[in-house]
Amino acid sequence: MEFTYYPGCSAESSSRHYDLSTRAVCKELGIGLSELDDWNCCGATAYMSVQELRAFAISGRNLALAEPLGRDIITACPACYLVLYKTNDYINQYPDIREKVNTALSAAGLEYTGSLRIKHLLDVIGNDYGTEKLAEKVRRPLKGLKVACYHGCQLTRPFAAFDESDYPTVLNRVMEAAGAEAVYYPLTTECCGGMMMTTAPEVATKLVNDLVKCALDNGADCIATACPLCYVNLDSYQGKLQATGKGASPVPIFFFTQLLGLALGIDERELGLGMSVVPADSALAKIATPQPAAAG
Amino acid sequence: MAEAPAKLSAAELTRIFQEDIYSLPDGQKIKACIQCGTCGGSCPTAYAMDYTPREVFAAFRAGMLDRVVESKSVWMCASCYQCQVRCPAGIKITDVMYELKRLGTKYGMYPKDVTVPALSETFVKTVDKYGRQAEFEMMRTFYFKTGILKSIKNLGVAFNMWKRKRLNLFGGKKIKGRDDLLKIEKKIEEMSGP
Repeated sequence: MEFTYYPGCSAESSSRHYDLSTRAVCKELGIGLSELDDWNCCGATAYMSVQELRAFAISGRNLALAEPLGRDIITACPACYLVLYKTNDYINQYPDIREKVNTALSAAGLEYTGSLRIKHLLDVIGNDYGTEKLAEKVRRPLKGLKVACYHGCQLTRPFAAFDESDYPTVLNRVMEAAGAEAVYYPLTTECCGGMMMTTAPEVATKLVNDLVKCALDNGADCIATACPLCYVNLDSYQGKLQATGKGASPVPIFFFTQLLGLALGIDERELGLGMSVVPADSALAKIATPQPAAAG
Repeated sequence: MAEAPAKLSAAELTRIFQEDIYSLPDGQKIKACIQCGTCGGSCPTAYAMDYTPREVFAAFRAGMLDRVVESKSVWMCASCYQCQVRCPAGIKITDVMYELKRLGTKYGMYPKDVTVPALSETFVKTVDKYGRQAEFEMMRTFYFKTGILKSIKNLGVAFNMWKRKRLNLFGGKKIKGRDDLLKIEKKIEEMSGP
């Protein structure tokens, strides 16, 4: 399995540990990642709020750069996934959008014909690689760890390309393959507020509080996520919940690749476990299986 | 930079909105809205809106979109797509919200304390500069623009992240193709006309 890897902007900063653990896990599983040279920002939700064609065009530059390499694109960030997928999908489906985007790209000598597929990391690991094969590679099953599997809103919406839009279960299956218990978590695709933590913090704080409280109410030791923005809101802003006085207690947040990496026996340092704001210790202490002895 | 266009009247806003929406894929489907309220009922931020998603469509039909963009409605949309996947008429509701955000931003029609246009524009400016996002620089620029005092509350968050090597204090570095991005955007300006 060989892919052109699109890290996305948060991989260089606020979600460095998602990038670290993604690369470590993929290396262990034999999933080839070749980072797209000179990739640019996908535009996320901001460009779409300014001008539509511009949003498709800057996202399209990445597609045009990746096309000659002949490999499908893989990304770990759901916003990047959505934007790249949407651009690819619209270019394939709507000839006038395809024409406009390619006219814009021609200014940089680029063109995109729509031949690639855009894949999310969770889809590749959970569905393509498969949870059966995954379970066989687990060296340290996360027995005793109860995880609230938080898929987030943009992984399966609007394009339910690899799982159900309202109640996907791929993350649950991956965590279970890793040996953990995936608790009942009805808010699995309920929005965390995204960028509203900056533009309307009271609203985003309320949404985050609901998410954390639901996880605690269902007995979770931690929350696993696949989205850099969900992670930042749930982890780095959990202090706001305490500040409101009626907030839920702090809950450790992990990127699913960090937990999966632990289960595969990858060294903690390669997974960036110390990089969260809410300390991970209380969750890690729940893992009954001891660490495997260092490889000889 | 061209002078910012003047605010639109309700009728003009409706006309431009309609033209734009009908040119988007499946845009014509807004005519099929049956006011069932599934969108508003599914929306996680509707409680904070003056006009819920369902009401936005009613307002469109009543020629009252100006009240919508000048209130806390579309600016509270988190683009979670819950409405869009459930709409029985197949309306791309989130795309409608984006269109209203675009028009509100372009014509300066939004409540004074709404900072979404400032954030979107700061985001775009930072990416134009480097080709990629420079998170700390973007947030710093945004807070300077919208009120430094608000940022003081978040200094703790920034510090915590910096301590854990998740914050680059000193801007970004230009990608090789940064100029290509500017060429592409210039081309788009030419294509869009005056």
